[in-house]
Parts: sequence; C-alpha cells; structure tokens
Amino acid sequence: MSQPFSDLSGRSQFAAAGAGLVVQNRFKSDDHKSNLGNVAFVVIMLLALTIALSAIVAILAWAFVEGRTRLDLDLVMNGPSTVNRATAGYSVAILGTLQIIGGVIALIVPLGAGAALYLEQFADKTKWWNRVIELNIQNLAGVPSIVFGILGLAFFVRGPFSLGLVAAAGSATIALLVLPTVILASREALKAVPSSILEGSLALGATRWQAVWRQVLPAAAPGMLTGVILAVSRAIGEAAPLLLVGALTFVTFPPNFFEGGYSALPVLIYNYAGRPQEEFQILAAAGVLLMLAVLIVINSFAIWLRARYERTW
Amino acid sequence: MSSSVVLPARSEQRRVSLRADKPRYGEKAIYAFLFLTAAVSVLVTTAIVIALFQPLPGFFSQVSIVEFFTETEWSPGFAEPRYGIVPIVVGTMIVVVTALIVAIPLGLLSAIYLSEYAPTSVRKTVKPLLEILEGIPTVATGLFAFFWLRPFLEYLTPWLPWGGLFSTGVAGIAVGLIIVPLIASVADDAMRSVPRALREGAYALGAGKMRVALKVVVPAAFSGIVASFVLGASRAVGETMIVLLVAGAGSPGLNFNLFEGIQTMTAYIASRATGEIAVGSIVYDTIFAVGALLFIITLMMNMLAIRFVSRFREVYE
Repeated sequence: MSQPFSDLSGRSQFAAAGAGLVVQNRFKSDDHKSNLGNVAFVVIMLLALTIALSAIVAILAWAFVEGRTRLDLDLVMNGPSTVNRATAGYSVAILGTLQIIGGVIALIVPLGAGAALYLEQFADKTKWWNRVIELNIQNLAGVPSIVFGILGLAFFVRGPFSLGLVAAAGSATIALLVLPTVILASREALKAVPSSILEGSLALGATRWQAVWRQVLPAAAPGMLTGVILAVSRAIGEAAPLLLVGALTFVTFPPNFFEGGYSALPVLIYNYAGRPQEEFQILAAAGVLLMLAVLIVINSFAIWLRARYERTW
Repeated sequence: MSSSVVLPARSEQRRVSLRADKPRYGEKAIYAFLFLTAAVSVLVTTAIVIALFQPLPGFFSQVSIVEFFTETEWSPGFAEPRYGIVPIVVGTMIVVVTALIVAIPLGLLSAIYLSEYAPTSVRKTVKPLLEILEGIPTVATGLFAFFWLRPFLEYLTPWLPWGGLFSTGVAGIAVGLIIVPLIASVADDAMRSVPRALREGAYALGAGKMRVALKVVVPAAFSGIVASFVLGASRAVGETMIVLLVAGAGSPGLNFNLFEGIQTMTAYIASRATGEIAVGSIVYDTIFAVGALLFIITLMMNMLAIRFVSRFREVYE
C-alpha cells in the first residue's frame, strides 16, 4: 500500500487516514497521489532559481567574450586616452577608486561600529530618540543612491564643505551611502553574541565599556568585518552618486585626494561605453570583467569569513 | 540550627553603596562618542532633506506647482521649456512594473524553494550566489543589457516594434534581475520565521508538501512577502545606471512603448547633473525638485515595508 502513514500502527493510522479523507473531501484532491503537480512545482521553482543565478554567468560570459582581446597589462597600467584607443586603460580610475575606498573605510569603520555598539549595547530602547535613530537608519538604507549623489553635490562639492569636484567629496558621499548597511550588519553581529557573555563580564566587576570592548566586541568582530567588506565591495561598484560629484570628468593624470579631477572604475567604464568607437566598447567590457573579478573575490572572502567564524553559543 | 554566617549587630552594619566608587569620566566620554556616531545618521537624513528641499521655494516661484504635477511634457533646458513631471514619473513606473513582473515570480519561487524544499547543502551554496548576484554593480548589468540582452531579444522577436538603441522593457527586465536576490532573501526570511507547528499541523491533516508551502506557509508569511515586493519596488524606483544605459534619455513627452527609450526620474537627474548647466539656474534646480519627489516616493515605500516586516515579527516571536 502506497498510502502515507503506513508505518504508523493501529489507531494512529486510522486517525491519519480519517484526517486524510477529510482533507480529500475538503480540497477535492489527494495531495499524495497528485505527484505530477508536485514534481512540476519543484521543476518550476528550480527553473526560477536557475534563471536568476544564470544572470551572473551570462554577465561574466558577455564581458569575457566582448572584452577578451583587451585582457592585457595595458588595461591596468595605462591611463585613459582618446588618441591611443587600442592601449587605453583604467590605471587612473583604479587609483581614484582606491582613494575613494580608503576614505570610505576610514569613515565607516568608526562611525558604523560606534553606532552599532551604541544601539545594541548602550541605548535605552524605551527612549524616543533611540527609536528615532533606529528607524532613521532603516530608512536611510533604502534611500536611492542617486539621492546621496545630490547630498554630496549640495554639501560636499558646494555648500558647507565646498571641497569641489574632488575624490574626497566622492569618498564622503559613498561612505554615507554605505554607512546604514554597515550599521545594520554590525548590529546583527553584535546581536548574535549572547547577553550572558556581557553579564558574566559585568558580574566579575568590569565596567560596561570594559565588558563590551574586551568580551563582546572581539566575539562580534568577524561579523562586523564581513559587513565592512561587503560595504566596500558595494562602494567599488557604485557609479550613480559619483556621476553627480564629478567622477565623470575625463582625467588622464593620477588624482589627488583633495584637489583636481578624479575618476572611478565604474564611472570610467560608463564613460568608455558611451563613446561611439568600438575599441572603447571592448575596453568597457574588459573593465566590467576586471571589476566583477575583483568584486567576486572580495565577496567570496567576506562570505567565507562569515561562515568560518560563525559560531553557535 | 544556627546560620554559618554571623551577621554583625545592626549598629555595625555598614551601608554598602552600589554606586561606582569613581565617577568614571572615561566611560561617560565613550558613551557620548558612541551616541554621536549613532546620531550621524540622523544628521545625514537632515542634510538630505535640507539639500533636496532648500532650492524648492525658488524653483516653485518660477514654475507653478500645478504645471509641475499636471503638464505632460518634461523639457527643461529646451528652447520652450515645459516642467511637467508626469512623463518621467510614468517612465519610472513602467520600468518598476516591468521589473516586478520579472522579479516577483523569480524571487518568490526561489524563496519558496530555499525555505521549504532545499536541502541544507543546496541552501548553503545558493544563498551566497544570490548575494553575489546582488553585489554585481548595476553599471555591469546595464552594459550587459544594453550590448547583449536587448540585441538578443530583438533577434529572437524581430516582429516586435523595436525602435532605436534603447528599450524601456529591457531596462525593466534588467532591473528585475537585480532585485530578485532582495525579494528572495526577504521573503525567505519571512517564510522561515513561520513556526514549524503550523506546517506540522497541516501535514498531520494529510496535506502534501506543495499544499503546505502554498496554502499554509505563504499566507502565514504574507506580510513579510509583501514587504519584500515593496522593498524590491523601492529599489527599482531608485535604480539609476541600468535605466540610464538601457532606457536612455527618451522623448520629453509621454511614451508607453516598451520597445523604445524613455526618461525616468533617476536617469534625468544623472544625465542633467553631468551636463553643462549653470549653478542656481532653474534647470539646475530641477535636479533637486525631481530628487525630492524621488526621495518622498522611496521613503513612503520603505516605511510601508518596515511596517509589514514588523508585523510578521510581532505575530510569531
């Protein structure tokens, strides 16, 4: 007999069969006999997942096929040039991106970790201002990146900071953009540390800060680091806000953090792609491949780090 | 039986203070510093609001607010400029709806599979892959869609009215692909937080796996699933690079053709801000007016999503 519950005995089997009959009458079908529908459903779900994941493969494949002829050292060693189109590269943009990333890390590590520590370990959740901060961070995480570009334009490029169209302005803009995600990831990492660790330390006479700094923070550090790495990888690929704070300028010299034009890898890719000459379109595809390779390495490292240090208490 | 602890006589009992014996200014300074770092995010929001809304009085003194919301042509900087935001809002909505048509089935089905069907080993491989998909820069997705996906779809369906290099529909499909991971992960979280007891109750009544997934888990996680759709839509509204590359800058009037280019709010901001415009001019102020509307739309969507998410958390925890 292929009926389910056949391994039960006596009254249980009887009851299960009765319940099954009720379901059959109620739904006019027997779930355990309509195997075709079940299999079709699983196939459809797997198909959906495959289509979504094949986007990664498709983008990589396109970038490789299109840009394979330019996968040489010129790609990273040479700067942009409209004259030597066949040997132009991304060196200036890579330097620009590195400067931006440096600034982003310098800003988001203290700000992100500090805010997460405050909200998880120190804030009194019953106070309205703490709830405002919390809700505000959640909302900030959903603000479109281009709006941060407008913020950068109004506050960093002109207005109060008046830095001009320089790498520092781009860096500050991107840092504020990724800050909410760093805070949210760091909070998750801190939440995963059981409160008994903190309480044990407090009971032994540590002050609140000593307990947090010496016990909670080290336990949460790998998770917080993962959050920072993922934020950096997002910062590397972010182009839209940089368009508004001056990264689209076609600079051919290495950037200075606080003066002169700068460029960034994703923005220069966009710039090249918009040019009509075929060499530049090939170069754009090669740039995409370069950027994706770097990002996949960074993301895989972050995911590995999280899995490696994930512990159940 | 006498106690082993000899209590001192009442007069000798000293009041032991539970307060710290030192004022610990260092701790207080650290507390203040941490509070300030958390308050930075509030400052950022305030700065965004100031940046977006401060130029608006000047803008609306030159453009009537009625024209802004009812006129059906958006052509700032033209010889005869019109400032009707409707066409670019419609453009954004077309992209968002197309994106959701692609992303909701893909994301939701992936989430149901990951939450209800997938063995742990599959889950552990697929989740990071989805994260990598989410981490692909949108400029890469945009170039892929512009240089490969649109020509490929045109090659497959030559009878459709493809016009020019740009296509709003393909932009929507590409935006859909990048929001699949977001929808999948939020919906997956919502479904995994449905208690086992609900599933087991349904199994005990003889329901099969598919019925449990579709008739028990999905309805129970419904608010979280809706939240995932709203978050996906909000992300699609704010998406810039893909739309800029694939939908291009379309005609200034209303256009509902999926096979031609169109202008959206984000693409307008990006293309306008990179052009040569005088600071303080009315064309420059349009960036802020469009940005303010974009900010309000996404803010409302996010608040809605946060409300939905907190609802499923309250019920089952």
